Amino acid sequence: MSAYNDSNADLLTIELNLLLEGIFLKYGYDFRNYSKAHIRRRVLTRLGLSNIGTVSELQGKVLSDPDFFRDFLADLSINVTEMFRDPEFYRSFRENIVPKLKTYTYFKVWHAGCATGEEVYSLAILLQEEGLLDRCQFYATDFNRKVLEIAKEGVYQKADMELYERNYRLSGGKGKLSDYYSSMYGSVMLNKELSSRIVFADHNLVTDGVFAEVNLVMCRNVLIYFDKILQNKVLNLLSESLVPTGFLCLGTKESLKFSMVENQFITLDDQQKIFKKKLNV
Amino acid sequence: MYKAVVIGTSHGGLEALKLILPQLEKGFPLAVIVVLHIGDHNNDVFIRILNGLCSLPVKEAESNEAILPGHIYFAPPNYHLLVEDDLTFSLSTDEKLNYSRPSIDILFESAAWAYKRKLIAVILSGANSDGAHGMKTVKSFGGKTVIQNPCHAISPTMPRFALKIARPEIRLDLENIAGKLIELAYSKGAGH
Repeated sequence: MSAYNDSNADLLTIELNLLLEGIFLKYGYDFRNYSKAHIRRRVLTRLGLSNIGTVSELQGKVLSDPDFFRDFLADLSINVTEMFRDPEFYRSFRENIVPKLKTYTYFKVWHAGCATGEEVYSLAILLQEEGLLDRCQFYATDFNRKVLEIAKEGVYQKADMELYERNYRLSGGKGKLSDYYSSMYGSVMLNKELSSRIVFADHNLVTDGVFAEVNLVMCRNVLIYFDKILQNKVLNLLSESLVPTGFLCLGTKESLKFSMVENQFITLDDQQKIFKKKLNV
Repeated sequence: MYKAVVIGTSHGGLEALKLILPQLEKGFPLAVIVVLHIGDHNNDVFIRILNGLCSLPVKEAESNEAILPGHIYFAPPNYHLLVEDDLTFSLSTDEKLNYSRPSIDILFESAAWAYKRKLIAVILSGANSDGAHGMKTVKSFGGKTVIQNPCHAISPTMPRFALKIARPEIRLDLENIAGKLIELAYSKGAGH
């Protein structure tokens, strides 16, 4: 495991902090309030893969070589997701949110931190099945342009579809997932009509402001990578982006508990972390 | 003094934990942090079972939660569990490691950085190789390493890999592990 061990663990902490500070100063991406254990793991993995001895050496490359930095950015971001991840969440969404959305003639959805887009298309499929997709303006954002490109393409591995089919069934899907994609070689391509209402855009939750005023915010499994301070800051941003009585959907292991916006919301599903913004906030 | 015990196990793990954890009595001075591979199912049922059996409180670890002595924490299904240097938990949905999420290696490695020599790592019955490299890291940081005797484990693969890769100091039959943890917990051996 590289040049770092028990005896120079403190040195590693210092070098990691300098690296994150450098990235912020040079490129504007701010990872300084990310989970340190997560960052350390990703950085040490990168050292091993790129055969780089120390974090200081890595820092030199990152700061002097924008192409290298772009690849390294992918190491630091969270790109693992699946279609209909947590099927119970989508079940609850149909039950708790859909009836309300059906009373709107037009509404806006913001999926913040959409990564490679699997969950964006999952929600689009759900809205389609409920006859709501046509009434919806759907924004999907991420700070990582590489993953946004993948999300825009809507092309995924065929090998993953078995799991996605199962998730879809468990989520209360009304048809077959295969109704929504066409297969080609080892890949599948999601139907273009799903993305007709979706705008994919570059937005950084940590450094950018309110993206739009929307009726529904999805931000799942993003906050878990942040420390308490940053969680609070981002929750505040998400709350500000919501209209009164708008919906907030977090990951199943994320919560408003002990956050500064806790009293701005009522809980619709405590297990699946679905909240509704109060009328008067 | 040690500060925490990390435990990794998969197949045969629940049986082993049901034997070990209830023997840790109120006032046990270490935090106990467990990765048990159970697939995507939710933890509620066995956490309830263990709470019925144990005198220490048993719960699922939460993001940013402060880790307390005398508590037993379980990694949530489908999330990796990491220990931060400020002794709080964080969760991640990163790629599976060793086909596993939560991965024992990821817990053990992060805990080794956070607790250094004040950590005890335990590998129990299990059907894959997860945990072996994490245990090696714990050992390299001066922590204590314990495996369940593979000959008597329901599933010997996991302790066997740990034995081969990490060369742990202590190998015990299941019924002697809790006693050893208690002995270590009250020893003055580790840490400075």
